[in-house]
Amino acid sequence: MEGRPEEKTGIHGWGVYVPRYRLPMSEIARVWGWAPEQASGLGMKEKAVAGPDEDSVTMGYEAARNALRRASIEASRVGAVFFGTESKPYAVKPSATIIAEALGITPATMASDLEFACRAASEGLRALIGMVASGLIEYGLVVGSDTAQANPGDVLEFTASSGAVAYIIGPREGAVAHFEGSYTYVTDTPDFWRRAHQPYPLHGEGFTGEPAYFHHIENAVKGLLAELGLKPSDFDYAVFHQPNGKFPLRIARRLGIPKEKVLPGLVTPVIGNTYNASALLGLARVLDIAKPGDRILVAPFGSGAGSDAYSIVVTDAIEERRGLAPLFDDYLERRKEIDYATYAKFRGILNVIK
Amino acid sequence: MSMDLSVPETWRVKGPLYRLEAARCKTCGRIHYPPMPACPYCGSRDLERVTLPSEGVLESYSVVYAVPEGSRHKAPVLLGLVRLGRVRVVAEITDADPSELRTGMEVEAVLRRIRSDREAGIIRYGVMFRPKLKGGSRGG
Repeated sequence: MEGRPEEKTGIHGWGVYVPRYRLPMSEIARVWGWAPEQASGLGMKEKAVAGPDEDSVTMGYEAARNALRRASIEASRVGAVFFGTESKPYAVKPSATIIAEALGITPATMASDLEFACRAASEGLRALIGMVASGLIEYGLVVGSDTAQANPGDVLEFTASSGAVAYIIGPREGAVAHFEGSYTYVTDTPDFWRRAHQPYPLHGEGFTGEPAYFHHIENAVKGLLAELGLKPSDFDYAVFHQPNGKFPLRIARRLGIPKEKVLPGLVTPVIGNTYNASALLGLARVLDIAKPGDRILVAPFGSGAGSDAYSIVVTDAIEERRGLAPLFDDYLERRKEIDYATYAKFRGILNVIK
Repeated sequence: MSMDLSVPETWRVKGPLYRLEAARCKTCGRIHYPPMPACPYCGSRDLERVTLPSEGVLESYSVVYAVPEGSRHKAPVLLGLVRLGRVRVVAEITDADPSELRTGMEVEAVLRRIRSDREAGIIRYGVMFRPKLKGGSRGG
């Protein structure tokens, strides 16, 4: 019997991008009159803020450039570019073609933008696994990038941040990590949305937790474990979607995974929720430190709602590729603290005649 | 509908702006950026496209407070003279405060929003330079 399609594929390069600017949680609490302990209740310290000349395309480009360098392949061998975001610079006009053109991937490639709240990039990742396994393409690039919006003064403003991540997916041979399996679980659950032409999203407050985040991730992970015949203790690391610093630890506890396996990939407390990057950026942080043979559980989540669970095993090739591009921690150390006024200007919250 | 940014021009300059494509003159051997139809040094039209290095040295810079319309959100604009191998390029410096700039510092190319045509027009992306990221040498 033939193996699972996932087993024919792997990650050849990973890349991240975190903008330089950081907004401390105390600034949001000061301006909007939140209780001082509000942010710590969310497990948050500060969040990354994109600069005035940045958007999801520029951040996604840099993450993709880092991934391509690690993959060490000719850009023209990439046969599909999927860009997952909910902060497209153009409502109509693909962002994926800008990134593909700037990297030298065009013109013989597929390219499109995907939308599924925070899990669009993960949908792209799973699609690329299938496309590589089928032989339709040799390599594919998936980018998750967001300059996440939040209604000023809403509790969401503590976490909504900016960042990007990218992966080159290709054949199992030569990969830094190969896939063992994947499982997707989606339902129609209206926990978070942004209507057309609206600048900010709305959410169902507590409804975003139990029927949305926890239900979907738990079922995606259990579905994956059942299909692969694995148990939580078989994994060395676990990375979940991280809308705040607390939810990932709670879902881990529910699944019987100790927090020591979650903390290395928990990046939201120090950069915020980067939406389409989020869990996949946490995975990149784990790949920055993982050893050959390590098995990683990854489960992104997107409102609306759905979750994908992946089992990934690190290979010997990771050591030689790691140093080919900056690590997550290199970007984290590049830090310029800003105040709320500067944040408001950078993120276009101020109403200015243009 | 009138637009501030030319769509055909934005499309035409994407090679130089996205990938630092320059022109090398096959007659006199000199390289210029951005590429023009004829060599600015000897007038020859026998040119070939070359790609400039993405890392270089900041040779000089200017801090512009009286910025063009549409740039107030990123003022002051930092304009740098960057040496990339044999070529000097004028471009914006980003991710830096004026006090952080030093002549001779290492910089690297990044893709940023250079201009945006008001609310509804085209967005022009292109190269800017930032102080070299620690760990960036990993990128080579």
